[in-house]
Amino acid sequence: MNPSNGKGSMPTASSSAAWKAGDVVPDQFPAGLRVLVVDDDPTCLVILEKMLRACRYEVTKCNRAEIALSLLRENKNGFDIVISDVHMPDMDGFKLLEDIGLEMDLPVIMMSADDGKNVVMKGVTHGACDYLIKPVRIEALKNIWQHVVRKRKNEWRELEQSGSVEEGDRQQKPCDDLDYSSSANEGNWKSSKKRKDEEEETEERDDSSTLKKPRVVWSVELHQQFVAAVNQLGIDKAVPKKILELMNVPGLTRENVASHLQKYRLYLRRLSGVSQHHSSLNNSFMSPEASFGPMSSLNGLDLQTLAVTGQLPAQSLANLQAAGLGRSTAKSGIPMPLVDQRNLFSFENPKSRFVEGQQQHLSSSKPMNLLHGIPTTMEPKQLASLHQSAQSLGNMNVQVNSHGAQSSSLLMQMAKTQSRGHILNESAGSHLPSLPSSIGQPIMSNGIAGGVIGRNEIGDNGRGTGYNNQVAQTSSMLSFPMNHTTELVGNSFPIGSTPGISNVTSKGAFHEEVSSEIKSSAGFVSSYDIFNDLHPEKSQEWELQNVGLHFNASQNANPVQGNLDVSPSVLVHQGYSSRQGSGQNRNISALGRTMFSGVEATGQGNAQIMDQQLSNLIVDNPVRVKYERFSDTSSQNALFADHFGQEDLMSALLKQQQGNTGPAEPDFDFDGYSIDNIPV
Amino acid sequence: MDKNHLQHQLDMKRSLLDQGYLDEQFIQLEELEDDDNPNFVEEMVTTFYANSARLLQNIEQALGSRPIDFTKLDNYMHQFKGSSSSIGATRVQKECTLFMEYCEAANAEGCIRTFRQVKQEHASLKTKLEDYFKLARQGGPSAGGQAGR
Repeated sequence: MNPSNGKGSMPTASSSAAWKAGDVVPDQFPAGLRVLVVDDDPTCLVILEKMLRACRYEVTKCNRAEIALSLLRENKNGFDIVISDVHMPDMDGFKLLEDIGLEMDLPVIMMSADDGKNVVMKGVTHGACDYLIKPVRIEALKNIWQHVVRKRKNEWRELEQSGSVEEGDRQQKPCDDLDYSSSANEGNWKSSKKRKDEEEETEERDDSSTLKKPRVVWSVELHQQFVAAVNQLGIDKAVPKKILELMNVPGLTRENVASHLQKYRLYLRRLSGVSQHHSSLNNSFMSPEASFGPMSSLNGLDLQTLAVTGQLPAQSLANLQAAGLGRSTAKSGIPMPLVDQRNLFSFENPKSRFVEGQQQHLSSSKPMNLLHGIPTTMEPKQLASLHQSAQSLGNMNVQVNSHGAQSSSLLMQMAKTQSRGHILNESAGSHLPSLPSSIGQPIMSNGIAGGVIGRNEIGDNGRGTGYNNQVAQTSSMLSFPMNHTTELVGNSFPIGSTPGISNVTSKGAFHEEVSSEIKSSAGFVSSYDIFNDLHPEKSQEWELQNVGLHFNASQNANPVQGNLDVSPSVLVHQGYSSRQGSGQNRNISALGRTMFSGVEATGQGNAQIMDQQLSNLIVDNPVRVKYERFSDTSSQNALFADHFGQEDLMSALLKQQQGNTGPAEPDFDFDGYSIDNIPV
Repeated sequence: MDKNHLQHQLDMKRSLLDQGYLDEQFIQLEELEDDDNPNFVEEMVTTFYANSARLLQNIEQALGSRPIDFTKLDNYMHQFKGSSSSIGATRVQKECTLFMEYCEAANAEGCIRTFRQVKQEHASLKTKLEDYFKLARQGGPSAGGQAGR
């Protein structure tokens, strides 16, 4: 699928759906599946490589976990699946598993000579999609491609669920069932999400999404609710039963909460290393108003951190700092992740900030300055942050998946809001802002934003309504194609806040950006690991785009933004489908996949900008935003451009940021900032 | 190809399989051989023995230290076992499993005793495989691969 021109004609649902359903998987698939195999034993490694080659897979082997991680980081979209040994001298296989899940969201298969139940269970809880006992036979390897397909499907599904998929989401449904049946996903966020989806999916799409079985989907808003409840109880004292009561979500079971809580705790622990930085950030988040102050500081912090970690490109950092720190536009105020959990999403904060900063830059130069317009009230800031968040969410979401799913969802929501930013800015400022501003608000706002965003696309804030009104609002925000700001305004994000945000002047341009981002985030909302699979199957690329937020970037005033049509869901899938991805897929994952898919498409220039954007966004998110450079996708870019027009947006954004530095090679290797890096 | 030779090789392999020295994994490795990698199995076995010698040394050292760190021993042996399993060294694996049970029980003597058995099986298999490969090489270029089929 090579989008001839960018504007929005994404291959949409049909293609993606097709892919999702598995019917149109590229002909040669699974041949050519790009596998990264990690094992410290040279004998096993070579044998595995030989076997995988015999399966016609493309194999890269490495004997050290660190090398594997850097390989994965360098080629964000370079691999489809990872197989790793459990016992390795330099790093525990499970730790690697977690890292990969968070950063790249790729399916990971664990293997070991140890077949004890405990070890296998550990694999499940850490998110492995499968566990192989050594000696691994070739028969076992022949079918590993199923995990790749499944993951993509799930992401797709999640996107749809978040309401982002306007068309063709139905197609997804059938896939879900298939996916769900795979026990392999249990460990993933996605799978758990899926499960949760089934259980509590009601609000959004009741039958929907393809769940035949009730699964609980931890949408952004739901997660926000969860986080709010946990915060209320105190993380130490938060027990599933009480959380469940506080959340008061129909259809949610104690088990859902319990497993989510477990993940959340892991996430927190992970963050604890970073909490120092972020805590401050979080705090700021919590209080929208107050936050700005701290936010800026945090931003600085984050920015620094991010910059240091390499995730934040220096420029971005500068930008962010300038923008965010200055909090001019309230960006800082908007705690991206709305995460109440201060610490939890601390890294998110940085991201958001970063995003804000970025956005600020971007917007400043262009009408897009959504943030500028934003009145100091939290709202606008929130909105701004939302935008940023959206962007960052896009990025972040990716990362956040595992633990950060929460944040991501928040971010996503924020992103959504942001994307809608367009909408938000204009009309609602309030809507959006609410997202970010109300940090105090339980994560819900984030979730809402994210969730809403997702929904907007579909127009049904099912989720949102269920959980938060805000969500609904957000959705409205999202749904609108950039042009519609009104909707956003109304609703949603209120996370607590502030309708004031409405001023977020996200001028269309920004929205687009945001939207694209949000889109991606929207996609994320539902699936934490939406970003996982950005497989480059080209065919699917565009499907993702259609999913989720369809941002009609065209509406935005900014020329740059042009067509963001990137619906998060779509974006996400983009990653998926486009193997060719060169950039698209990868990028998507980075941003949360959806967001930037459009960006990629736009072609190199744009891609670069997008990259920048992304990087910025990504940087922001400590959550290991998988920043996938889109730049590599020249062809891809075309795709995106056509569909999303994101590139315009991105370019606009980036330009603003970079001062039109052009394709800033996103050389962020976010690993620096990823949670993992932070010593916990 | 000398039919007798091939037959001889097949018989040897069958014998190794029957006696539990090797298992299905070894057969799978042979099936992976192709024209590009005609001596794949032999190469793998060579790699295995080179690497496993190092692992055995680690275990030896750990066994010699006082107090014995059973966790470390267990880890080393786990690695060794995984490696052995990759070439289908069944008997060696069994001894490894036994060793690890003793580790769990923190039974030093059991570990030391079992370790001797591990080394024994390890060495014994090496000899047999060397003979096998020699035979395979003598049988002709594709002897090894064919024997596997």
